[in-house]
Amino acid sequence: MAQTIVKFDQVSKKYGNTLAVSEINLEVEAGEFIFLVGPSGAGKSTLLRLIAKEYPPSSGKIFVFEKDISKIKSSNLPFYRRKLGFVFQDFKLLDDRTVFENVAIALEVRGHSDEQIAKEVEKILKLFEIWPKRNLFPNQLSGGEGQRTAIARAIIGKPDILLADEPTGDLDPQTSWGVIQLLNEINSWGTTVMMATHNVEIVNTLKRRVVSIRDGKIIKDKKEGRYEIH
Amino acid sequence: MRVFNYVGKNIRRTPYQALAATMIMFLTFLTLLLFLLIAIGSQKILQHYESKPQAIAFFKDNATGEDVDAIEAALKQTGKVKNLRFVSKDEALQIYRDRNKENPTLLELVTANILPASLEISTNTPSDLAIVAQILQQEPVVEEVVVPEDVIKTLTKATGVIRWVGGVSVGFLIGFSVLVILMIIGFKIRIKRNEIEIMRLLGASTWFVRAPFLWEGITYALIGAVSAWVLTYALTWYFTPFLQPSLAEIELLPVSPIIMVELLGIAILASLTIGFIGSFSAVRRYLK
Repeated sequence: MAQTIVKFDQVSKKYGNTLAVSEINLEVEAGEFIFLVGPSGAGKSTLLRLIAKEYPPSSGKIFVFEKDISKIKSSNLPFYRRKLGFVFQDFKLLDDRTVFENVAIALEVRGHSDEQIAKEVEKILKLFEIWPKRNLFPNQLSGGEGQRTAIARAIIGKPDILLADEPTGDLDPQTSWGVIQLLNEINSWGTTVMMATHNVEIVNTLKRRVVSIRDGKIIKDKKEGRYEIH
Repeated sequence: MRVFNYVGKNIRRTPYQALAATMIMFLTFLTLLLFLLIAIGSQKILQHYESKPQAIAFFKDNATGEDVDAIEAALKQTGKVKNLRFVSKDEALQIYRDRNKENPTLLELVTANILPASLEISTNTPSDLAIVAQILQQEPVVEEVVVPEDVIKTLTKATGVIRWVGGVSVGFLIGFSVLVILMIIGFKIRIKRNEIEIMRLLGASTWFVRAPFLWEGITYALIGAVSAWVLTYALTWYFTPFLQPSLAEIELLPVSPIIMVELLGIAILASLTIGFIGSFSAVRRYLK
């Protein structure tokens, strides 16, 4: 039986008086590819941000790698986050850094040497077919190239879990499929992928586990599921 | 050394802020160094006058050797005297000749008989001078007592004022510099908020994020301090030929390289402190 890598235990999160997620119970196994689907404001991004420990839950507990993340001290938070990778809808690339530098920073924060960084970054940029763009800045890239750069940055540190928040939200269908193929491949290497999305076609085609969320609550959780919220 | 690459990039990307910060630091350290030099100089001048015979008693022509010995013994008994030197008529003439060797007319007119013998007395402290002068004035063989007490009083007062004004000005500029660094680094942290958030999500440690900002503040202060020191040194060299003749007897100029190296050390130490306090306050306030 696969190890439970993420577990939400009766987790609720309030922003002021607004309830973002309510009494969520969810278990994710290591190596799974899981879609979090639902309309805007359903609470998908909040679940991913809670895993990242961007903020604490209002109630309940979250276990990642079988540890209660509320007990992670702020001094150890960077080490915890290095086991996670993040991909965002707006890529969140650093505008004043080149493609190479944007990817390299993920290894710089881990304290890798310049030689190691040069080698690793070259390898992943070639794998993602953006090596020729390595000296360009984010505003010189197409949407697909930007998202590939963001994914490269997210996984270069070999995270155990990849959290993708609407990674295809700003991309055209063709480019979106390219990104999904990339995430699929990363998942095949053993990385757990949790992806929040609206994209019906992708969810229905991939036939992976689908967790449907509405008004902050999980309303469906199906293996090989479909996008069924309308 | 990656942190210095980040610092270099930060400075290059906001050159005007960097220039403003460095110029403020330069002004602060220029003021600090000039006041330190003036304080050192005025102290040396004061020491020079304090170490000189502070009172001179001129004897009447009928004063004998026994009279002088008796006066010397009386002065020594007070315990206030640091040094005594008897200058005979012949020695006085020799001194006069030495001082006026370029003016033969003056030399022709003066003989040893005209010049009185004298006793030069230096005291332990300037305040002892009045007691010594009082004793001398009571001696019948003493014609006149010259006490440069007022000069020392004026110098002491001037030194005090220089220290006070310098201290207040430097204190004000240091406070201002710390605030400028705090503001500039704080502003940079604000405009880099997104970048910082991304770096933290990528697992950057607190110090990985903070260090470039800390070093940036220190760099501004350090550049300002060293360039102010260079200008100060250049100014002392430039003004030495003009000032040296009027300070001939006082060993003040050219300023000793040891003093200048010490000043550089002080400036570097102060710049590290100011830069650190300014930027550390900024990261504490804006990078929580």
